[in-house]
Amino acid sequence: MTAIRLVDQDRPALIFTVDGVEVPAKQGDTLLTAMLTAGLGHVRTSEFGDGGRAGFCWMGACQDCWVVVVGKGVRRACTTLVETGIEVIRR
Amino acid sequence: MTRADVLVIGGGGAGCSAALHLAQRGVRVVLLERGLVGGQATGVNYGGVRQQGRHPAGLPLARKSREIWSRITELTGSDIEFDPCGHLKLARSAEDEAELLRWNALAAEHGLRPRMIGRNAIREQHPYFSDVVIAGSLMEEDGSANPRLLAPALARAARAAGADIREHHAVTTLDHDGSAFEVMANGQRFTAPWLLNCAGFWGGAIAARFGEPVPIEKLHPNMLVTEPLPYFLRESLGVVGGDLYLRQIPRGNIIFGGGRGESDAEIRVTRPRPDAAFGAMQRAIAVIPRLRDAMVIRSWTGTDGEMPDHFPVLGASRTTPGLLHAFGFCGEGFQTGPGVGAVLSELVMDGATEVPLDAFDIGRFTAASGAV
Amino acid sequence: MKVVVVGAGPAGIRAVEQLVRAGVFPTWIEEGPDGGGRITQRPPAEFSRSHAALYGADAGRAKRLHAALDSLKARVDWRPDTLVWNIRPDARVLHTLTNGAAQDEVSYDAVILCTGAMDRVLPLPGWTLPGATTLGGAQTALKSQGVGIGANPVLIGTGPLLWLTALQYAKAGAKPAAVLDTTDLLTKARFGGGMLWNIPTLLRGMGLYASLKLRGVKMYEDVTPLAIEGVDKVTAVHWRDAAWKEHVTPCDAVALGWGLKPEAQLADLAGVPFDYDDTQQNWVPRKDAAGRSPVAGVYLAGDGAGIGGVDVAELGGARAALALLADAKLPSDMALSKHLDGRLRTERRFRAALERAFPYPARLASRMEDSTSVCRCEVITAGELRAAAAAEAPELNRAKAFSRVGMGRCQGRLCGTPAAAVLARALAVEVPEVGRLRGQPPVKPVPLQQVG
Repeated sequence: MTAIRLVDQDRPALIFTVDGVEVPAKQGDTLLTAMLTAGLGHVRTSEFGDGGRAGFCWMGACQDCWVVVVGKGVRRACTTLVETGIEVIRR
Repeated sequence: MTRADVLVIGGGGAGCSAALHLAQRGVRVVLLERGLVGGQATGVNYGGVRQQGRHPAGLPLARKSREIWSRITELTGSDIEFDPCGHLKLARSAEDEAELLRWNALAAEHGLRPRMIGRNAIREQHPYFSDVVIAGSLMEEDGSANPRLLAPALARAARAAGADIREHHAVTTLDHDGSAFEVMANGQRFTAPWLLNCAGFWGGAIAARFGEPVPIEKLHPNMLVTEPLPYFLRESLGVVGGDLYLRQIPRGNIIFGGGRGESDAEIRVTRPRPDAAFGAMQRAIAVIPRLRDAMVIRSWTGTDGEMPDHFPVLGASRTTPGLLHAFGFCGEGFQTGPGVGAVLSELVMDGATEVPLDAFDIGRFTAASGAV
Repeated sequence: MKVVVVGAGPAGIRAVEQLVRAGVFPTWIEEGPDGGGRITQRPPAEFSRSHAALYGADAGRAKRLHAALDSLKARVDWRPDTLVWNIRPDARVLHTLTNGAAQDEVSYDAVILCTGAMDRVLPLPGWTLPGATTLGGAQTALKSQGVGIGANPVLIGTGPLLWLTALQYAKAGAKPAAVLDTTDLLTKARFGGGMLWNIPTLLRGMGLYASLKLRGVKMYEDVTPLAIEGVDKVTAVHWRDAAWKEHVTPCDAVALGWGLKPEAQLADLAGVPFDYDDTQQNWVPRKDAAGRSPVAGVYLAGDGAGIGGVDVAELGGARAALALLADAKLPSDMALSKHLDGRLRTERRFRAALERAFPYPARLASRMEDSTSVCRCEVITAGELRAAAAAEAPELNRAKAFSRVGMGRCQGRLCGTPAAAVLARALAVEVPEVGRLRGQPPVKPVPLQQVG
């Protein structure tokens, strides 16, 4: 899925990485927002063979957007703010 | 009044297996379970089908049960996810390693063939273990099964074989008139010349009712499960000392336990304990560091009975003819449940069993036997 | 006296306000980085939209709540970014996880649980595809991140949030491809009358509907959603109209939501009994009108104690705090309690009408195809759940034990409601008879590695 930046997007830009690739984001983005607006399509892969997942509830309830943040462990993409230079790994 | 040949109290693995084995031999059996079958120790345990590490006195029973496990799918007509994936018991010290060797020698006398895996081999075969693991012993024919499925599968098969399985039938009164038992459960009366006490922790109260009080304690295993992780671990793991047990199911979740949960005085509610969980989590990471980033998604406990000598109570009552006890399995009853049911059916139908039960005699606790 | 308030939405804010007024300074635990709740959620600091732009008709409420939140935070033991993942009601201890890593214990004499709610969903074929979100998720994306889940989303569900979200998207520059309401007009009209208890809110709902019509957003009533189509992302929605005609609407995202369900896991772990509320079609934790649960020291307020909406949350939060103070023999404003009781009665009547006007389509859920995943965490299909019913699972927890429905990371938050509908139909019983999924700690996943 591609999330669309609609309003309130006049915020400083930053760069972080996902699976080793540099991804642009804006300060105040959650990891979920940053990954889905950058066109990555999904944030994790279902363990049971039914494809990619891109979160669902955007509010920390559905537990469907867990990613690895190197050095911090596993984090929910929808409730974690992006920071310059952090390394995200999709599971 | 419902008349039967055998009344079974308690729908765990032992009770349901007894009902099945008796029904298969044409016996009229009624099983009374106060909740749903497999709701207590049988349903909430780790799911280990393990002979390794058992006291030699318990090995013949475990052997008999293991033989039933090998045909559990045919016996029950259900897939209960039994996987003879091996049980690997880990040594974290030289003393642990000596302990493994000691047990392996004993086990050989019972026809078991555990295999020592030395420091180098265990590194090579299990690169995900940390350095705290210095050796292991593998029992290839041990394994695991899904504890949530065992008792319901046995009960379904028992029902199909003609047993009368009554869930939501809490026993309220229990009497014996010298030749038959009369039981009130869920407002109905049941009578039979045989009564099988398969009531887990609550089996202690039934024994006491017939003049055989035993020093049984509650045991609440503290269980945890992680999110699904890439599958890497085939064997079910234990450690010398028993403070961690851990396995991965093919779906990827790691199921592990260690420490004890808690309950209120009446055991209406049981809860896993976070402090026990933290201990188990720490020990799991110490053995398999890659679990550091895993998440625990659920935890649970339930109620088993524990005896001071760590042997169950299994065999004939010393006070009441027709009463057989099978309770207090001390957290080790999942593997033996199917075998215990078979043994009980033999005691009822044949008056004897080939499995030595001396160590499990209730007389070891009661004055009636003259023993301690 | 050690008091803890869990949650800093409208209920938590008003609860803390009353406690502080009485000289009781609680520990205040919030899972997010800041409080405010869902309706009046605050975006991260970098965002600059005005209250009016963010909250529309709720701007005044948001301003008042945020002002109260900010002044109270400074006066209490404020713990943001902190998840309460377990409660031991006998020991009166909460287990917390801060910043996803640091474990701690917080003891209490009394705790007010204001744990909020989440969307109630109807699983459809394709609902796990990237691009499918909850209706609340679609709204949160826009409100707290300024993004849309797509440029042309289809919104499916029922209730005021359906229209509100569609209008917010239209105003932000997206073009909703369609708004599909599963409720027929007759049901809405029949029960809409009951909403005359709260004319401003009723008018707001009608206003939303009119605004969407004016903007040319296509809206359909009495719809049967059939499937979400796509390969690695949503590309269309298949649905059937009231006249049984099938449609395919191309889109780049889809939002799903049929009202709310309480996030009542902590109340559950605290041992609070639950009752089935026929009007809400939800299991709700038991409490008296003032918010006292039957468990000593545990008080409940807000949507986590049964869906009531933001007014009931504010009133109920204050009321629960006053009940707590009175029970502790501390000064408690009796006149205010009485006033709140009256207003809560009125608001609850309105809410009941609202719930009846926009029901959860349990009938659709119960008939979902065998191949549809009910449980998106574990990917368990309706067919597997029906097989559990056939294997003699008389209630939901046994069906979970057999099929793994509800055993995943979310612990049945999403699948609990539809799974109950599927199981009940398979067993030919009413939905409440199959019970509810019992909670197990942790409330949300916790890492094996502990810090702190």
